[in-house]
Amino acid sequence: MNRQDIFDKIISILAPFIRNEDARDKISLKTHLLDDLKINSARLVDIILEFEDVFDIQIEDEDIDLVETVENAVQLIESKLGA
Amino acid sequence: MTKEEILAAIPQQEPFRFIDRILELDEDHVVATYRYREDADFYRGHFPSRPITPGVILIETMAQAAVVALGLYLLHREDPDAKITTLFSHADVEFAGIVLPGTEVTTSAKKVFYRRRTLRVSAEMRLPGGSLVCAGTLSGTGVPL
Repeated sequence: MNRQDIFDKIISILAPFIRNEDARDKISLKTHLLDDLKINSARLVDIILEFEDVFDIQIEDEDIDLVETVENAVQLIESKLGA
Repeated sequence: MTKEEILAAIPQQEPFRFIDRILELDEDHVVATYRYREDADFYRGHFPSRPITPGVILIETMAQAAVVALGLYLLHREDPDAKITTLFSHADVEFAGIVLPGTEVTTSAKKVFYRRRTLRVSAEMRLPGGSLVCAGTLSGTGVPL
């Protein structure tokens, strides 16, 4: 799975949690999940669980705090996939 | 912590306390009861001629058992010294019945997941005869006191 595939899947997973509609169509690697997309921090665990299901990976609880931007998510998933 | 210690640690107090007893509590589930006092202030307006317990109060009742009590239990198992409580953060609940003043309800909840101090439960509330009042999923997150 290449980086673009991972990015596209991440965006699909984030979509239902995005609260800033203006940012929805402008998501880049630098987009911050909480500050830019206004995702509720209490839903980050839901997003991580979706990552685990969709990519068939295991993510440690302490890694959740490392995911602040889309790029952080891509890098975390790449590392778990061994990409 | 014991059921009694968890009950004592629940921060919500009158007039916003909706848990009387914890009947069962372990790392996977909780069962608790509450009897709605006939003189609760919200019945004056909901509704003046026919008092019925508001749905938001039913959700709060489920949350105090399912999210707060079970959340405190799990948080304490993880870190006995933590000065922390669980705040209600999400609910998706359907209503199937009404609750009249004076009724004792039972909330039963099963853990769906507990990760990074976030708890999600599947919960339901029933009347003394077993009829379903409401059911759904609720979540809460541990926050410092």
